[in-house]
Amino acid sequence: MEPKVLPSFQSGSSLAVSAKKRKKWNVDQWLSFAFILPSIIAVAVFVYGFIAWSGYVSLSNWNSLVPDLSFAGLKNYLFLFKDFRFQADLRNTLFFTLFFILAVLFMGLLLAVFLDQKIRGESLFRNIFFFPMALSFIVTGVIWQWLLNPATGVNLFLKKFGLDSLWYTSVTVIPGIQWSKIQFGIPVAVIAVVIAAAWQMTGFSVAMYLAGLRAIPEEIREAARMDGATEFQIYRKIIFPMVAPITVSVVIIMAHISLKIFDLIYAMTGPGANFVTDVPGVYMFETTFRGNYYANGAAISIIMLLSVAIFIVPYLISSRKGES
Amino acid sequence: MIALAFTLILSACSQSSSSEPDNKKSSGKLEIFSWWTGAGEEDGLKALIKLFKEKNPDIPVENAAVAGGAGTNAKAVLASRMQGNDPPATFQVHGGAELNDGWVAADKMEPLDDLYDKEGWKDKFPKQLIDMVSKDGKIYSVPVDIHRGNVLWFNKKVFADNNLQAPKTFDEFFKVADKLKAKGITPLALGDKEPWTATMIFENILLGTLGNEDYQKLWTGDLKFDDPKVKKSAETFKKMLSYVNDDHSSRNWQDASQLVSKGDAAMNIMGDWAKGYFVNDLKLKVNEDFGWVATPGSEGQFMIITDTFGLPKGVKNVKDVKQFLSLLGSVEGQDAFNPLKGSIPARTDADESKYDEYGKQTIKEFKEAKLAPSLAHGSAAPEGFVTKANQAVNIFVTQKNVNQLIDSLNQASSELKK
Repeated sequence: MEPKVLPSFQSGSSLAVSAKKRKKWNVDQWLSFAFILPSIIAVAVFVYGFIAWSGYVSLSNWNSLVPDLSFAGLKNYLFLFKDFRFQADLRNTLFFTLFFILAVLFMGLLLAVFLDQKIRGESLFRNIFFFPMALSFIVTGVIWQWLLNPATGVNLFLKKFGLDSLWYTSVTVIPGIQWSKIQFGIPVAVIAVVIAAAWQMTGFSVAMYLAGLRAIPEEIREAARMDGATEFQIYRKIIFPMVAPITVSVVIIMAHISLKIFDLIYAMTGPGANFVTDVPGVYMFETTFRGNYYANGAAISIIMLLSVAIFIVPYLISSRKGES
Repeated sequence: MIALAFTLILSACSQSSSSEPDNKKSSGKLEIFSWWTGAGEEDGLKALIKLFKEKNPDIPVENAAVAGGAGTNAKAVLASRMQGNDPPATFQVHGGAELNDGWVAADKMEPLDDLYDKEGWKDKFPKQLIDMVSKDGKIYSVPVDIHRGNVLWFNKKVFADNNLQAPKTFDEFFKVADKLKAKGITPLALGDKEPWTATMIFENILLGTLGNEDYQKLWTGDLKFDDPKVKKSAETFKKMLSYVNDDHSSRNWQDASQLVSKGDAAMNIMGDWAKGYFVNDLKLKVNEDFGWVATPGSEGQFMIITDTFGLPKGVKNVKDVKQFLSLLGSVEGQDAFNPLKGSIPARTDADESKYDEYGKQTIKEFKEAKLAPSLAHGSAAPEGFVTKANQAVNIFVTQKNVNQLIDSLNQASSELKK
């Protein structure tokens, strides 16, 4: 219904024209507007209204059970950027996002290419790869916690081969350059969470890439083969460039998941020793609902919103341009 | 589309008509809010509610328990309901700062002095306990149960096999720990995936090192955290941490208790809900498979964690709530609840015969011991400080930087006084 309404707004070049056109709305258009009105109001209040409220709280002094909405300026933000835990959160989120997206892209493309080879039992494999997507992050977190815990699962094998089983709880940061209050680098313990998250979300990128690969007409490959290109060259020069737009979509969707991640970490590792697996979502929950630091919690939420916006806004702008 | 709209409207109508009788009832419902959903505690709560229904068949009761360890989720739900002026009829809250600096300071609670007078409770609960649920001379809640936080649990077989005695001082603790370590047994089990377990060890060291009076002074601000005795406690804590299991940060307290029950580790510092876990879940026998002593240096002292219930402001059925609270505070109510939960009654005149060997000894010690409020469980200081302390301890467990811990605690406590 939406597309029917929208052109009538956009096509009017001046207010007078659009006003005229608006008068011409027929019953159908009015009815469709009436149907989307409740959701417009609900989104305005419950999404944008509360984002604005959080923004306001993040600038207040409300850091106890008693609401104190006096203006505090950027105090809460300044506190966070000086805070050991929040600095660690930013570091962890950065490397978690980076490795998680790389893993999802690489494994997704690899498995999609594999499925595209017209193998036997393709639908079986496809279902196996997609299945983890049907689970919630909480379930994934609990399972992988058992699998990777030093006392159980995979590490019992590693121990048999004399390998260190304590990487899951490691507090090492590589290379660990002192930066402000934290050691900057890749926290080893984050790898465990990346494995679990990538295991769950790879199915999504497999589906996306597979759709992309299937959309490439067979004629193009034929033509390339006729020109004497090797299979490897066909992938490198033709197939991969043609699925590149899909990569952009996958990156954006995965980035917004990983920047906001909470449930997986909460179920699997918690904040971790020395906060090596802590993320802003967990910090926000604990500081707001355990410590009653409402303003600090709101500030964390706003920073999370802005970090997601870095990915989403350019995407929305470019996809709007693409439409018109 | 129109058909869909009609079905929506129809279903909305049918919903509203069917929910009407419910609404009438719920305005008079006695909603009991807690986080008691675990094995023994849920049974205890149900026994209480059953008893209440027998005595007051006219009052409808609703068990509004929210699941989640240590009440994390329940407290979040409670906070939003209280701030939305939709309080439950009565709710579980730890005595001490969590009650007094939280809800009482936020002006959300009604005083219960008249109920205490009517029931004659003022000499039935220990005075120190009544002080914990009072602010500015008024009493705000009724304690149901008592847990002890300063208990060192040990595997009796491991101790007997190695000819060891349960340690009573820090020196003895480290001697025992060294011997165990030499034998390849983890001396102290820790599971600090949730950092409050490590905070409990630290608070017990503080109590054992500072003594009751100075320990209490920390929370009133009369003793600073950069006091040499606090520093000494942090050094002891640091030393103790060198005797814990390597994978402590991936375990929770139950996992740590399991290490002790299996004999992989010898000792464990935890509140006496661990006894419930040993007995109910791991099927161990009290004083046969496991033993207990007060944590080093804290004999004769009682690190207290108490669950209490109060009366929020703005509740309609005040009379019913008070009816329920008077059952909670009665001997009958306390003896229905506590044996099942594995805690001891808050009243000093309860029926000892209903409790196991550990319970009997603890009831006796509770009467004589000096009480100390627990930091990790929100009795000693407001939640804001507890959160900061847990963070500082979490960092300390890894970095073992004494000065940094002291600085963080000092800073957190100075913020509190603003």
